[in-house]
Amino acid sequence: MKFIDEYQDNKLARGLAYRIAQRSTKTIRLMEFCGGHTHAILRYGIRQLVPKTVEMRSGPGCPVCVTATADLDKAIALARLPDVIITTFGDMIRVPGSYSSLQQAKAEGADVRIVYSTIDAVEIAGANPEKSVIFIGIGFETTAPTIAASILKAQQEKIENFHILSLNKLTPPVMKALLDSGEVKLDGIIGPGHVSVIIGSHPYEFIPRDYGVACVISGFEPLDILLCIDKLVEQIEKGEPKVEIAYPRGVKPEGNRKAWQLTEHVFEIGEANWRGIGIVPQSGLKVRAKYEQFDADKVFSVSLKPPREPKGCRCGDVIRGAAMPLECKLFRKVCTPESPVGPCMVSSEGACAAYYQYGTLENL
Amino acid sequence: MDDSILLAHGSGGKLSHELVEKKFLPFLANPALNKLDDSAIFEASGRLAFTTDGYVVNPIFFPGGDIGKLAVCGTVNDLAMNGARPLYLSLSAIIEEGFLLSELEQIVQSIKKAAEEAEVSIIAGDTKVVNRGQADKLFITTSGVGIISPGVDISGANARAGDKVLLSGTIGDHGIAIMSQREGLRFAMTLESDCAPLSKLVSQMLEVTSGIHCMRDPTRGGLATTLNELARQSKVGIVIEEAKIPVKEEVKAACELLGLDPIHVANEGKLVAIVDPVDTEKILACMRKNTYGRDAAIIGEVSKEHPGKVIMKTKLGPSRVVDMLSGELLPRIC
Repeated sequence: MKFIDEYQDNKLARGLAYRIAQRSTKTIRLMEFCGGHTHAILRYGIRQLVPKTVEMRSGPGCPVCVTATADLDKAIALARLPDVIITTFGDMIRVPGSYSSLQQAKAEGADVRIVYSTIDAVEIAGANPEKSVIFIGIGFETTAPTIAASILKAQQEKIENFHILSLNKLTPPVMKALLDSGEVKLDGIIGPGHVSVIIGSHPYEFIPRDYGVACVISGFEPLDILLCIDKLVEQIEKGEPKVEIAYPRGVKPEGNRKAWQLTEHVFEIGEANWRGIGIVPQSGLKVRAKYEQFDADKVFSVSLKPPREPKGCRCGDVIRGAAMPLECKLFRKVCTPESPVGPCMVSSEGACAAYYQYGTLENL
Repeated sequence: MDDSILLAHGSGGKLSHELVEKKFLPFLANPALNKLDDSAIFEASGRLAFTTDGYVVNPIFFPGGDIGKLAVCGTVNDLAMNGARPLYLSLSAIIEEGFLLSELEQIVQSIKKAAEEAEVSIIAGDTKVVNRGQADKLFITTSGVGIISPGVDISGANARAGDKVLLSGTIGDHGIAIMSQREGLRFAMTLESDCAPLSKLVSQMLEVTSGIHCMRDPTRGGLATTLNELARQSKVGIVIEEAKIPVKEEVKAACELLGLDPIHVANEGKLVAIVDPVDTEKILACMRKNTYGRDAAIIGEVSKEHPGKVIMKTKLGPSRVVDMLSGELLPRIC
């Protein structure tokens, strides 16, 4: 991989920041949907580079954070079933559920394994035919095609002990839910880069059309983000909101059709439960009946106590952009990456973790 | 002898003796060790430094080294970071039943090589064998003794406002080399661990200056953690510039892919020195003459502002606080 330094160039960054400052006359509020963007913005100090007229809020784009407590409780209950191996992406194991965590279940003897790809989970299933291997399927449109591919691979290789707990979520419907609620007034959205690689830019057309909000899709390098903010400010100043791609090296308007066809072949769209937001219709992916033997929800049944949210934790507000991490009373005092109270402090894409890790002298 | 370690190799009986005599002594021989007494006896006078460290790296063989080399270099470097010249090491190996003798021999050979380079002798040792599953292949603990020349006073508490911060070379090489080999994360790259004994580099630095105030090797937790430790211990602020920190292209690329920051990734052959500003250029020139310091750079300075904190001027210009590594390094998923 090359071209890292090029996208972090100091002179170009300052040039862009200057142009943004020149353009910006109105006070506006932008939301970066992705946790990856929040991290890059804080890591490189982009908030300090843009003028005070541009306010930035973090959005719900952190797969671990938006996983509802009830769903996490289910994953923990599945981990405690006999002869079950839970496979999951790393951050998930540290998130506190209502009564326990995957990490706690692991310490008490459950077989919980961190994988870096769903294909690894299929291989674990292949190597342990006497066990049931359940992959906790979190993520957005970016990870959904790989999870779909893992089900097809398991089917092809007749690995019948592989299952998915499908908690996958979709981006445009939750953006619509946030805009509908009107809780946080937004002028522009920094659109998700990796998600848009898969779905393209068309699914966001409703944002300027129905809500008059600008939407520019951004990459994750600092210059990508500054370019995106520049385009957003330009649109908002002109009063001409539209969908633009500021990440053309990654995103095509039509997206990656093949990857999305694969996803739609295995999954159907249904409702999903989002932490802090609740049930959002048409915002989740469910395994199609045709593949139900791989659907953990169909194969296993666990009884769950009603979920409890940690007291004082404002992750829900942070996920909706209604609160900044620093507004949470627990932040840095009770809730730290070492002993997190909520998922936004655990995940490498969580807003609280970003504000904790990349603090400025002013907010210490 | 069989091809792999048996529980009997740890019985203390015949096989135990054979293991020591055939697999350790031929490579590590020296007068103090050869006696095979209950303890090794040596003479030393002056101020001594003493340290110990356990090594449990996984995988035990990695690009640029193995657990044996690491066990020697790690302890040698801990001594060197206080300005001590390493003299003697002890080495204790906990071996899992079934471990291949050929691999053990390979590791002992690399222990020999690293010890020769660092000019230390291994004068005491122990081996234990545990049941399969009770250890992961091989764990090694080394302890070391070194001697400190009169007048040398290096401690994490000695940094003063105005001092310069030197780094001996590129960061993140070890951590990324190891991660590239981990189960489930294999990616093809040519990067090697920087695992190396730094004792000679340090002795050369001490020859040209008495202005070294602090030295530390940024191992687990990376550069960010080490600088935070030094800032807290010395009750000073440290200001560094991201653009001045040397990072290899491969490490940058892997960190981008995995969502990591190189300043949090482990090193095993690098040092941070906080030095008197007057001697900075002299020390830098000296470091650059040594293989292990050829990419040395001045990365920042010590300030009396914001004691206990490390501030980094990012590549784009703004500054932010750099914290110690929190939790485990895990790649991002989205």
